[in-house]
Amino acid sequence: MIGLVSYLTFFLTMAGIMAIITLGLNLHWGYTGLFNGGVVAFFGAGAYGTMILGGPSQPDQFGGFELPYLVALGGGVVIAGALAWVVGLLTLRLRHDYLAISTFGIAVALEAVARNAQWLTGGARGLRGFPRPFEDQIDNNFLFGVVFLLIVLTVLGLIWLSIERLVNSPFGRALRAIREDEVAARALGKNPVRLRLWSLVIGAAIMGAGGGLYVSYTAFVSPQDLLPILTFQIWAMLIVGGAGNNRGAVLGAVLIWGVWTLSGFALTRLAPASMQIDAGSIQYILIGTLIVCMLIWRPEGLLPEKIKKSQPMTARKAASNSTRE
Amino acid sequence: MTDSALSLRGLTKDFGPFRAVDDVTLDIRRGSITGLIGPNGAGKTTLFNMVAGSLKPSSGTVSLGDVDITGRPPETLFSLGLARTFQIPRPFRRMSVVENLMLAPPAQIGETVPGALFRRRNVARQEHALRDKAQGILDFVTLSHLADQPAGMISGGQMKLLELGRALMGDPSVILLDEPAAGVNPTLTNILIERIRELNEGGVTFVVIEHDMDFVMRHCDPVIAMAAGRVMFQGTSEEARTNPELLDAYLGTAA
Repeated sequence: MIGLVSYLTFFLTMAGIMAIITLGLNLHWGYTGLFNGGVVAFFGAGAYGTMILGGPSQPDQFGGFELPYLVALGGGVVIAGALAWVVGLLTLRLRHDYLAISTFGIAVALEAVARNAQWLTGGARGLRGFPRPFEDQIDNNFLFGVVFLLIVLTVLGLIWLSIERLVNSPFGRALRAIREDEVAARALGKNPVRLRLWSLVIGAAIMGAGGGLYVSYTAFVSPQDLLPILTFQIWAMLIVGGAGNNRGAVLGAVLIWGVWTLSGFALTRLAPASMQIDAGSIQYILIGTLIVCMLIWRPEGLLPEKIKKSQPMTARKAASNSTRE
Repeated sequence: MTDSALSLRGLTKDFGPFRAVDDVTLDIRRGSITGLIGPNGAGKTTLFNMVAGSLKPSSGTVSLGDVDITGRPPETLFSLGLARTFQIPRPFRRMSVVENLMLAPPAQIGETVPGALFRRRNVARQEHALRDKAQGILDFVTLSHLADQPAGMISGGQMKLLELGRALMGDPSVILLDEPAAGVNPTLTNILIERIRELNEGGVTFVVIEHDMDFVMRHCDPVIAMAAGRVMFQGTSEEARTNPELLDAYLGTAA
């Protein structure tokens, strides 16, 4: 029993981290129409950033500053945001598919850097030994898992509230206008480059928070964590859940992480021994198929974007006005 | 203050070897409804786009009142009082009609990230004022019954009214209308004309590209005709009606 609860805790922690990253992508794609094909780059910047700032010092290794947890995590977030700012200045004049290709390329380049910049990232072996929060105080593994889940849920909650506040403000309205029609938005005085840059930086910082939480949970990061599959998983979560709807983003994250986990189980149990080595590829195919099916049959996702209603009072006034005419 | 709402001096636009607008010098009289006519390809929309900032002129200058706006990006012009609508309407489709309007006014507190996150009371107050203003303008353009509809779901004619309403949210002094009557049923066209006239009496200057000659002759004064990138005629609608060159070049081909 405790095994199952313990596993559920692990599952929800990972799903919560995925949900955070998906909320970041939702700001990019769902609200601003930014086709970010390099989610994993910002996740990775947050992950490595947090590890380098908060991890233990190691011989011949830059970093390992052993900063307090929140400082390290915050630093990871800032590093991810800063990366997005640079990327944004370089790419934000590009539209859609071109932006996707260039961000994808940046993510691949970053993975190559992580693999080779031994002095900074530990190369292919990665960095390990992050002092996990409260680990000293809690010697029970199960209890630690629960505490960490609470940390993840708290961060998720804070990010949720901030994003909801942003997208329901005039700022969010301007983002959606840029997404719908940039030419018209410019004619109404909105500066698309400024708005896109803000959206890209904030969304990327959120992805960085996901990365920081991830390394502080696993206490380990390596170039294996920077593979493009994460980008596609997050996209699947957003598309299935519903772009432009934060509830949808979180729902999609939990569902897809569930599908991913269960399909992994099923393949290790059911696939013949000779095929075990390819099981991972089958999961990739599964994710790809899911994205395509969703785009064909329900492109708006399970929880579609809602058109904002004006307040009831104004609606009533509008109704009475139209009957007067 | 000059009595020209807009002054164009030697405005020229080249697309490679093709000269779409050729040395156009014009003064748009403040308080006028100026009609801009000419066959397709005459350079009318290119001229509009240069005035509205979406295209940079190859040479020449544009002034809005006394302010030189040559080559300024479009997003800087709306707050200076220059608004435009599009030949093919460009509503924000997945936003409600009232949101389309509330978006427009410049310098909203909640449009910056710190404002949106930390100055919620000020933002709420401003939103309230914007909503009232939007509601008033929706009444004016007869769209208030559609306030909560997605803008992508309303008819083409209603979209033209919506674009006019969006423009009005910025209290513009000059509005550029690109074919406001094209593809719009007569009832909505009449509403649109009535509203344009009313605004014009209130002091708003209009420049209207239009192919509907009936519209131009009845409502526009003066009329400017372009052909092959040049201004070939300027005068009252009465003069336009009787100008042989114009009849030959434009009206003649239409008949």
